[in-house]
Amino acid sequence: MARSPEGPPPPPTVQKLRLRYAKRGPLRFASHRDLARALERALRRSRVPMAYSAGFTPHPKISYVGAAPTGAASEAEYLEIGLAERRDPEEVRAALDASLPPGIDVLECVEAAEGGGSLADRIDAARWSIELPGIEPEHLSAVVAEFLARDEVTVAKRTKNGLRDVDARGPVASASVGGAAGRAILHVVVRQVTPAVRPDDVVAALAAVADLRPPSPPRAVREAQGRLDGSGTVADPLGPDREARTRCQGEHAAV
Amino acid sequence: MSGESLYPRLEPLLAQVQKPIQYVGGELNAQVKAWDDVAVHWALMYPDAYEVGLPNQGLMILYEVLNERPDALAERTYAVWPDLAALMREHGVGQFTVDAHRPVRDFDVLGVSFATELGYTNLLEALDLAGVPLHAVDRDETHPVVVAGGHAAFNPEPVADFVDCAVLGDGEQVVGDVTDVVAAWKEQGRPGGREELLARLSRVDGVYVPRFYAVSYGPDGAIAAVTPTRDDVPARVGKRTVMDLDEWPYPKTPLVPLAESVHERMSVEIFRGCTRGCRFCQAGMITRPVRERTITGIGSMVDQGLRATGYEEVGLLSLSSADHSEIAQVAKELADRYEGTNTGLSLPSTRVDAFNVTLANELSRNGRRSGLTFAPEGGSERIRRVINKTVSKEDLVRTVTTAYANGWTQVKLYFMCGLPTETDEDVLEIAELAVEVIRAGREASGRRDIRCTVSIGGFVPKPHTPFQWAAQASAETIDHRLRVLRQAINADRRIGRSIGLRYHDGKPGVIEGLLSRGDRRVGRVIERVWREGGRFDGWSEHFSYERWTAAAAEELAAFGVDLDWFTTRERTQHEVLPWDHLDSGLDKEWLWDDWQEALSEEEVADCRWTPCYDCGVCPTMGTEIQIGPTGRSLLPLTVVGR
Repeated sequence: MARSPEGPPPPPTVQKLRLRYAKRGPLRFASHRDLARALERALRRSRVPMAYSAGFTPHPKISYVGAAPTGAASEAEYLEIGLAERRDPEEVRAALDASLPPGIDVLECVEAAEGGGSLADRIDAARWSIELPGIEPEHLSAVVAEFLARDEVTVAKRTKNGLRDVDARGPVASASVGGAAGRAILHVVVRQVTPAVRPDDVVAALAAVADLRPPSPPRAVREAQGRLDGSGTVADPLGPDREARTRCQGEHAAV
Repeated sequence: MSGESLYPRLEPLLAQVQKPIQYVGGELNAQVKAWDDVAVHWALMYPDAYEVGLPNQGLMILYEVLNERPDALAERTYAVWPDLAALMREHGVGQFTVDAHRPVRDFDVLGVSFATELGYTNLLEALDLAGVPLHAVDRDETHPVVVAGGHAAFNPEPVADFVDCAVLGDGEQVVGDVTDVVAAWKEQGRPGGREELLARLSRVDGVYVPRFYAVSYGPDGAIAAVTPTRDDVPARVGKRTVMDLDEWPYPKTPLVPLAESVHERMSVEIFRGCTRGCRFCQAGMITRPVRERTITGIGSMVDQGLRATGYEEVGLLSLSSADHSEIAQVAKELADRYEGTNTGLSLPSTRVDAFNVTLANELSRNGRRSGLTFAPEGGSERIRRVINKTVSKEDLVRTVTTAYANGWTQVKLYFMCGLPTETDEDVLEIAELAVEVIRAGREASGRRDIRCTVSIGGFVPKPHTPFQWAAQASAETIDHRLRVLRQAINADRRIGRSIGLRYHDGKPGVIEGLLSRGDRRVGRVIERVWREGGRFDGWSEHFSYERWTAAAAEELAAFGVDLDWFTTRERTQHEVLPWDHLDSGLDKEWLWDDWQEALSEEEVADCRWTPCYDCGVCPTMGTEIQIGPTGRSLLPLTVVGR
């Protein structure tokens, strides 16, 4: 006989919180699955009253948005959690941050504004800084100019279905060079496309246009994610929630 | 400078390998102590991949016990996969610990836990990567003391050339004694060099130093004698036994990795030792007597562990968890305590017993019931008498049917193949059993989607068991029996499609057999295999039977013995076995009598509930069985997640 879970269904979501977190240092080598496991356990340890899905294997309500690849550090990873009881967002941030290992750092937590749309809809681009050890900034500048002058630069990308050719130039909205002698840094804004064009693909594209080969692996940091506006800047995806909150508090104050 | 981090040089390599997260450490509850603050530095190794080694309870326990000492630190190291090993050699980066990425070469002690003999080639790889000479005789006082522990250390002879010491039995207390000896020797300015340090260690209870024992061989190839070469070392080395588990509630703060591991749960050891007397089971023989953790001790470890880890599942670990004298109450009270918290409780594979279904029902009271595992081990009632794991066919079918009727949809049955006296017919009975289980299960549950998975592997005779004299079945015999079993299961498709068969071919078992019952001469085979690229022998994609057989043929020929001599040959009563000078407490005469009783299919009862049958452990080791009931109950607690 098929069993069904006894008792009432789990309590519903009463509050949605959106978090920005960083992965830093050695933990840049964590994969998305590694991070998801760590976050779920940290939520339990820090006793955040999570809402759960129904059924025999209830899952906490967590949605992840566009995870940075394994090996890349990030200052701008996002996720949304559903709570069964209301909590102060800052308290949740601090409690969660304290129970995560150093290197996974929870930077911000805001309550999702009603009717404000999904977090995923507010992200269509990322800003990266990619350090190229052993490369001179002048050299990189020349290569980047060459790259930007092209309409298309095809690189072979390893996907689930084997190697696939993708255009790494099209999604690049802007690129500039910084850094210091022997340690050039590429600043690049890349639009979200499928399959994703990642820092490794951009570096591979530079190698394709001008034989640029860093002697040791590049180190990428995702600095921001969000909507790309007309001026080429990446907007803060938590901005609308924060504004709604301030407006709402302002109205209360006015009353 | 000693103990300096290799991370800056390792990091660029990590960007080029698979699953780099396994090499970076930073696990929850990991500890990094300052190098110069302590006298004794321990590197603890599990000689397999991180995902297998990290959850190992033994290593986690010693890691905490050592780090609690103000004068010691312990860090962990695991086998690195060949992709990283190649880069490390290319760039001159040595074997490192994952905690502070310190060179293993710089530690005072390298403790290696061998749960299986198939990790031996990984030890050689780690020593070589670390820059530590492979052979113990080539090391000087600046090299770490290489100590083997774990169940395989009860016959460390095959690795005697590569380790400095082996430690027999429970590790909790002996690691402290070893630390004291190393600390004192260092403080005195390392008098007498490495030889003196090893001599001092050989006087610690439970520590065996192979170099102080000479082995001679007779004309028939068997060992003539094992003789101490110093008069201050014991003729036989006895094992260590921790008597009060409640005094050792470790791990208190289990490690939680970021990387995926083979056990995504925390475990609490509810008792140690087993006296069921299954004749194939080395663990049950060498860990006697039974010592229970009390119900209150279990309760607080579960509570503390969940708080420290955030795990969603707790396994109640032991060799036969349903045998704890208060298990029913433990199960009920834990289920009560964690009801409504999305915390899962589980027992590992269990004996075939209706009581186990009741327990599993209780633990999964409001959760999912998918798989339940039973271990009948032998296919026929006859062979189950031989191995002393007696259960009638009727009871077995009834128990499994009860599980299906209670909502369990998948039952896994563990068997072994190649047991002493076994014939094709004994193995074919597994098919009959599985068919009957599915038929009765469909009827009892009213469902067609129930499944039974038969999991079967080749039996490997182990030291310190009644089967230590037995002839191991050849790979051909195992593969033949598995083939006829598969055909029998597939004979009736209407039933057969509900039965899954999982099996391992017979070849790795033969090599495990060589390493389990081998002597010092086998060391040359291990070294040859490693030199030819042998690594990760527990992984089918890395294991090469041909490499092992070729190396065995060439390296053993000079001694007039071969692979078969170590594996498929039955030993005689008075043959000197390579591990006879290592004392697990079991009386060799009792083991022989039990072997004879096995051959005449006689059973022996559990001494927890029937009179002592004189296996020898309690009087030899000065220990006794420690079981409840205590009559206590768990205190109510505010629990995690509620």
